[in-house]
Amino acid sequence: MKIEFLLNGETVHVEGESPTRTLLDYLRETRGLTGTKEGCNEGDCGACSVMITDSDGAKALNACILFLPQLHGKSIRTVEGLAAPDGTLHPVQSQMVDHHGSQCGFCTPGFIMSMAAAHQNGDTNHDDVLAGNLCRCTGYAPIIRAAEAAATNPKPKHLKSDKASKTKTLKSDRTFVPKTSDELADWYVENPDATLVGGATDVGLWVNKQLRDLSPIAFVGQIEDLRGIESGDGGIAIGASVTLSQLQKAVAKKYPSLAELIRRYGSTQVRNAATIGGNIANGSPIGDGPPALIALGAQLYLRRGDDIRNIPIEDFFIAYGKQDRSPSEFVIGIAIPDQADNLKCYKISKRFDQDISALCGCFNITRSGDKITAARIAFGGMAATPKRATAVETALIGQQWTQETITAAMTKFSNDYQPITDVRASAAYRAQTAQNLLQRYFDETQGHATNVLAVTP
Amino acid sequence: MNIHKSTPHDAAKLHVTGAARYTDDIPTPANCLHLAFGLSDVAHGTITSVDLTAVRAADGVIDVLLAADLPAGNDVSPSNHDEPMLADGTVHFVGQPVFLVVATSHLAARKAAALGTVKISPLPAILSIDDAIKADTKFEPPIIFAKGDASDAIKNAEHTLSGSFEMGGQEHFYLEGQAALSVPNEGDMLVHSSTQHPTEIQHKVAEALGVSFNAVRVETRRMGGGFGGKESQGNSLACATAIIAAKHNRPAKMRYDRDDDMIITGKRHDFRMDYTVGYNGAGFIEGIEFTQYCRCGWAQDLSLPVADRAMLHSDNAYFLPNAKITSHRLKTNTVSATAFRGFGGPQGVLAIERVIDHIAHTMDVDASYIRTANAYANKSRGLKQTTPYHMEVTDSVTDQIMIELLEKSDYSKRRELVKWFNHENPRLKKGIAVTPVKFGISFTLTHLNQAGALVHVYSDGSIHLNHGGTEMGQGLFTKVAQVAATVLGTPLSSVKITATDTAKVPNTSATAASSGSDLNGMAVKAACEVIKQRLTDFAADHFKTTADQITFADGTVQIGKQVMPFAALAALAYQNRISLSSTGFYATPKIEWDRVAGKGRPFFYFAYGASVTEVVIDTLTGENRILRTDIIHDVGKSLNPAIDIGQIEGAYVQGAGWLTTEELVWDDKGSLKSHAPSTYKIPACSDRPDIFNVALWDKGENVEDTIYKSKAVGEPPFMLGISAFLALSDAVAATGDGSIYPDLDAPATAEQILRAVARQKGQAWD
Repeated sequence: MKIEFLLNGETVHVEGESPTRTLLDYLRETRGLTGTKEGCNEGDCGACSVMITDSDGAKALNACILFLPQLHGKSIRTVEGLAAPDGTLHPVQSQMVDHHGSQCGFCTPGFIMSMAAAHQNGDTNHDDVLAGNLCRCTGYAPIIRAAEAAATNPKPKHLKSDKASKTKTLKSDRTFVPKTSDELADWYVENPDATLVGGATDVGLWVNKQLRDLSPIAFVGQIEDLRGIESGDGGIAIGASVTLSQLQKAVAKKYPSLAELIRRYGSTQVRNAATIGGNIANGSPIGDGPPALIALGAQLYLRRGDDIRNIPIEDFFIAYGKQDRSPSEFVIGIAIPDQADNLKCYKISKRFDQDISALCGCFNITRSGDKITAARIAFGGMAATPKRATAVETALIGQQWTQETITAAMTKFSNDYQPITDVRASAAYRAQTAQNLLQRYFDETQGHATNVLAVTP
Repeated sequence: MNIHKSTPHDAAKLHVTGAARYTDDIPTPANCLHLAFGLSDVAHGTITSVDLTAVRAADGVIDVLLAADLPAGNDVSPSNHDEPMLADGTVHFVGQPVFLVVATSHLAARKAAALGTVKISPLPAILSIDDAIKADTKFEPPIIFAKGDASDAIKNAEHTLSGSFEMGGQEHFYLEGQAALSVPNEGDMLVHSSTQHPTEIQHKVAEALGVSFNAVRVETRRMGGGFGGKESQGNSLACATAIIAAKHNRPAKMRYDRDDDMIITGKRHDFRMDYTVGYNGAGFIEGIEFTQYCRCGWAQDLSLPVADRAMLHSDNAYFLPNAKITSHRLKTNTVSATAFRGFGGPQGVLAIERVIDHIAHTMDVDASYIRTANAYANKSRGLKQTTPYHMEVTDSVTDQIMIELLEKSDYSKRRELVKWFNHENPRLKKGIAVTPVKFGISFTLTHLNQAGALVHVYSDGSIHLNHGGTEMGQGLFTKVAQVAATVLGTPLSSVKITATDTAKVPNTSATAASSGSDLNGMAVKAACEVIKQRLTDFAADHFKTTADQITFADGTVQIGKQVMPFAALAALAYQNRISLSSTGFYATPKIEWDRVAGKGRPFFYFAYGASVTEVVIDTLTGENRILRTDIIHDVGKSLNPAIDIGQIEGAYVQGAGWLTTEELVWDDKGSLKSHAPSTYKIPACSDRPDIFNVALWDKGENVEDTIYKSKAVGEPPFMLGISAFLALSDAVAATGDGSIYPDLDAPATAEQILRAVARQKGQAWD
């Protein structure tokens, strides 16, 4: 299997590497490009950020949780290759020097590459761009000053050569990088014990932290027919390999609260890699996608061989670590039925950005006049699976939209959920806060301010 | 003059291009071995058997060592010789290294380390502060500092208050994990280490190899962050690599995976603080008693001086006429807590700030009045201004800084706006608080207050600069280069900054206690002045003039009416056989400290500052956010304003992180559950204040004779983050009727805030 990509403008062929060799290890150990740093080896600190250009354009990604086969046909730019060939620094580099944006300097290459990718895309939401880059020295203030200053500088010309190339399906003994879902379906029937990798934002940790050998393995991120988003009268259909970044954009107008939830899902680097299919198929009880999709009444589409079926997404999650998915069956997409937007998603975590939810509550409550006509409420982090609050829903449906109704319904959460205590929160906090989030939903309809992120000094 | 200018960090261009080389970036030598530790999964117990068959059989494994296999020393303690590198029969915490794997790659070593089977017969584990108090496990008897009769003063005071609260520890989360590379050479050892303390690495490696100090050379160019976490915590990796390098006569490298790093290495000490305070109707403190319980972990490490410094800062900026501070140094079966920016000071400061806040809440007055009233410089009571450890405070400016800051930050008006906001909003509540800091500068172990430097001028006029301090991002090398360029009157570009090297400057102290530029700046200045004097004497003699006719500036030397380039004078001096190399040495004057008696002058001087923070909380979830922060901080006459402001901004955010989102969580077996950035949350970009005004105090000038009248800046502004915690407490108080002082432990996570809000409303839910 021969993987081909551009590395700092030069064509590189890679052969004989393990399919789970990370780009970070390859850069540092094989190429001697030690500017890209290992800070955490799990995609949480951003010190390994590189700029990848594929058919969607330039994006920042974490090299520590990016496997070499995922890079086939793409272009990689590392911090060593960012300055112009004549040595002229990229604007984000020179502004970081001028604004004293580095202290110890270890996180700096990662910041530089995140800033460069954003600069390339004209993205000036600096806090979002840099949410996945941790700095322990500066308090971020000078870095933001540098990013703001660089935003007005023109894009350097030499980065124009970074682009994706047309590639074919890659296949070796036990590694597969298909281009179509038909190819994947056939291969997966033959390899039912295979691991499917979407963006590797979770699987990367199986390799880096749990030190697991994953084989056979298929990388599904380049399957074009799973990367579509279609909006129509019936709703929105989303392919399994759509990234969270793409999904965020796609739902921004129709479901702004879902888009805001996704804004806080991981970081820019994680959202650029993570796929909605992976987020669902993973079955994690604390994934943020499923509660929102359950609340929206989404249908999940699965395929095995040539057989395609669909189920309400909440039925997919059977128990902890157990999903309604037979061997060789894989998620191909979801469909969100068209509806008026009553969705509110509340992600509660220790830190606002780039944190896994202690709990994530999604409320979709329909009213006709003052009467509640429908309610779909689902939570992550409150049970062994993403789970609907059916008792709470029952207590709401048919009632008047009043504080009395809310207060009564809040007592029903204990019928739906018996949360646990873990590193992120205690059971008591989860139980209390889940109830309070229903109160928040109500408060918002009464015009009360409830969001600390919206408060200005 | 290069001094007092905002020149960029010397390595800034290297940082932004990825060219700055850290320990793991040094090109791996051929045949290099890679190491990993196998860890204990039990908090306390006796090792009954170790089966390493699978480890030895794993791909790439060359060797596996247990404690009994070590050639000489098995100790990595910086203090008490109580910290075996590999467990010697008993394990004392979850994560203690038990065996050492040697393999041909980092990944192979890590994979193999997971395959060992260590059977441990459990012993009772002392995990919490309560456990340790109950079992009475301590490193030494309680230490007491006392001034006046606190008990009597409290008894006779108009009002008294008591309270108790806990504050968590803190993971350093330096972005570059611990790392070391040892290269054997003809029986000697060269160690590249990411350390704040190359000399200690040298000593521990020599001990581990059974050789004298002169057989070990340690080099440190830079660290990717230290914050105290690389003062003693790099010893294990340096010793392990040196032992293996010597044994196999091959280079050996070790770096911890981030999770291992967070599990194995020490953190900030957590504390419980009990207090009783007596005060009068005007809010003046009459007497105070603190009992500090400090969880030190299983080994002593630096815990005794950390606990001392917590006591030494239990006055913070306030005059306490009668005080008694009792400190308990608790021994527990948890990771050995270590140095962390502030070194116990922040814990001591937070305690007294909490007390002041409690008094203000009880009196129903704005806490800023109680703070300014009790500040040292307020001589309204006509009492001699001494600390609880009997050192006179002669130059306190915290009241001036606070008053200036309150005005500049529009505090009074914003206090009213906060009230109005809270009246208008049923769910969201704002809070605001001002806190000062007074931080003592000097190592409390007096003999550490010394430094050396080595400066060469080459015959082309270029300068080679070396000193005992280490660069961890704080800009020390830049500041010290500014000193050299200023003394010798050359451009900064003439000064080559070089890696810290135990072969160039010996017997150094850790770069710690904020002392880096104070000590090393003075040592470099001394060395440069020797060379300058020699050049001056030579030029006066050679050009038949007098020394007072010779000046060095802008890369040139004015000799009488003649002007020549510095380089030309250097060349001429060389040709005339003048030595152009010198060492320099500095020892801090005036300090003397009797730790047992709790009396003396442990500090050369104090650094001062204050901050105002405004926050908002959500009373339904406890979610919270810093909205605005204003800071004025005194760095004396700044050596480099841009670098100093960078230190202050970074320290504030790190301090606020300690008290908000950064929560260390252990389970009931003593296993750390927050051992990665996925579970331990340092502030992210958007957590910095929306409005963040940081100013150096324009009247600042050190009253003592420090390097160009500057003040140390590394640690003091860390404590400015305390205003964020007290602003959160203020917001919590706004949810009650004023009858209950917020019961808020640190860190004030969303969960802690929600609990405190519930208690304000009489609805405690746990």
